[in-house]
Amino acid sequence: MPKTLFDKIWDAHQVRDDLLYVDLHLVHEVTSPQAFDGLRLTGRPVRRPDKTIATADHNVPTDGTKVARMIADVLSRTQVETLERNCAEFGIPIYSLGSERQGIVHVIGPELGLTQPGMTIVCGDSHTSTHGAFGALAFGIGTSEVEHVLATQTLVQRAPKTMRILYEGVLAPGVTAKDLILATIGRLGTSGAQGYVVEYAGSAIEQLSMENRMTVCNMTIEGGGRAGMIAPDETTFHYLKGRPAAPVDWDDAVARWRALPTEPGATFDREVTIDAASLAPMVTWGTTPGMVVEVTGRVPSPDDAGEQAAAETTARALTYMGLEPGTPMTDLALDRVFIGSCTNSRIEDLREAARVIAGRSVAPTVRAMVVPGSQQVKAQAEREGLDKVFSEAGFEWREAGCSMCLGMNPDILQPKERCASTSNRNFEGRQGAGGRTHLVSPQMAAAAAIEGHFVDIRGWN
Amino acid sequence: MEPVTTITGHVTVLDRADVDTDQIIPKQFLKRIERTGYGEFLFFDWVRSGEVTIEPNPVLVAGRNFGCGSSREHAVWAIQQFGFQAVIAPSFSDIFFANCTKNGLLPVALTEDEVRAVAAADEVTVDLASQTVTAGDKTFHFDVDADIKDRLLNGLDEIALTLQHEDEITAYEAARAYPGPVTTCL
Repeated sequence: MPKTLFDKIWDAHQVRDDLLYVDLHLVHEVTSPQAFDGLRLTGRPVRRPDKTIATADHNVPTDGTKVARMIADVLSRTQVETLERNCAEFGIPIYSLGSERQGIVHVIGPELGLTQPGMTIVCGDSHTSTHGAFGALAFGIGTSEVEHVLATQTLVQRAPKTMRILYEGVLAPGVTAKDLILATIGRLGTSGAQGYVVEYAGSAIEQLSMENRMTVCNMTIEGGGRAGMIAPDETTFHYLKGRPAAPVDWDDAVARWRALPTEPGATFDREVTIDAASLAPMVTWGTTPGMVVEVTGRVPSPDDAGEQAAAETTARALTYMGLEPGTPMTDLALDRVFIGSCTNSRIEDLREAARVIAGRSVAPTVRAMVVPGSQQVKAQAEREGLDKVFSEAGFEWREAGCSMCLGMNPDILQPKERCASTSNRNFEGRQGAGGRTHLVSPQMAAAAAIEGHFVDIRGWN
Repeated sequence: MEPVTTITGHVTVLDRADVDTDQIIPKQFLKRIERTGYGEFLFFDWVRSGEVTIEPNPVLVAGRNFGCGSSREHAVWAIQQFGFQAVIAPSFSDIFFANCTKNGLLPVALTEDEVRAVAAADEVTVDLASQTVTAGDKTFHFDVDADIKDRLLNGLDEIALTLQHEDEITAYEAARAYPGPVTTCL
């Protein structure tokens, strides 16, 4: 029987029925301390430190602090120092604050070449779905499961359902991977993919760069999906070649990877088709990623918000966001712009944003910041002079980390501040209590910083 | 983990869909390195603003897609440490659901109509063994994975259960032709 990409990886990792072997376990400071405590309590070792890697990302400051003991926030410092101690005790390699390889866990895995086709990858973070862009099965887990993987290198998992979303046609200029996934979540809803592993396919996906594919898979969880996957192809192989952890038996590895894609005739539990060519730049208006409209659209009213949001839910979201129904999205004035997060902080994201703003200035009413996804992204951007483009335009150029995506470090919104953000969640208070987040692509965020309000990137210059 | 059997008592109703884990326990409380101390911060922003009042009862009833977003298990710890023993909703996010079952917080998925009936009841009984929720004169059946049910009923440690198959894990590792990248020699 023809198999899907998911079927092949799932089958190859069954230790026994419903016990899934884990090829790579990514660890960070927030969801791991209690797991290490659990190991100590039970006297269990980490089974495979050589399949485990750690970094500090969620609550590191982005102000240039180079060592954990200098972190001003006592609790954040404790958490990062605890991670460093745990990794030393259990023999796990770590790229902590000060390492040239430190960065957001979902940025450094791929850039080190650790994320490869056909693998199973887990992390105590819901955006682990990012790694599926390489044709891996990657998903987020909780702290108890982190402990389970540390102790056994496996997870107890029932087979999920499978869904394929087929994108026909090609994205129009100015329409990005971010817009594609936001539009998808807008259509299918925030729980539309619940219980499914999603394979993204079709010509629009095949034409995406590796980093843009990561943006798509990253936000799978916002549609409720457990994992997102894209078949590996030449784009994937080209990205991986020469990276530190790339296979030494390169040709054999590529041959193995070529056998992974879904075979013709393989079936999915659900199939969805989306016309990629008709998609437009998207902006979220509400407090879930599914509350999204085209940039040419207007703030919906509780009566016409569609089936994804009941009238009462819409009304509450509008109140929280401080929005009047019927307002054109391009009329929304911004206080802050954040370019960063595991969704959109890679070198291509920064290049695209820099291209849009080169030679211009951030609107005087806006405070804008760029937080590269990793130290390596930051260094690469600086080699290309992107830091100067941002700085000269009036953007703050920061150190690597999760930063204002979730505001565990000092980078947060003040109550009622309105922010154009390239991150993944516009939940209430996500970027700071009372803060108002609108999710957009890097280009849209950059242009909004210049104009002080949203603009349709397609007609802007 | 304490065994989960029968839970009886009043319900606390949170009539909202898409309640994300950022609302359940906001980020500033994720900096603790312990498993305890989260209960008092449950729904911190909503409670502080007076938007919702969360009565301490054994059962929490909420709208669809409960626990979406971040994988933070702190959300489960907060709900449990506040005093809830079961959460009833039309649907749950996958990761939150799994996290519940690792801690003995019983997640129960019922239909929208059934959830409304439970929300309206003065007292409910959730019985894991019979997989039923009784609200007044109505009884509703819920599904639960057989292994999860067994683990919850008996309060079993999942890691210990898996380690009973350690020889199979070792055999699997030994049999692999392509073991994958190594993190310790980068």
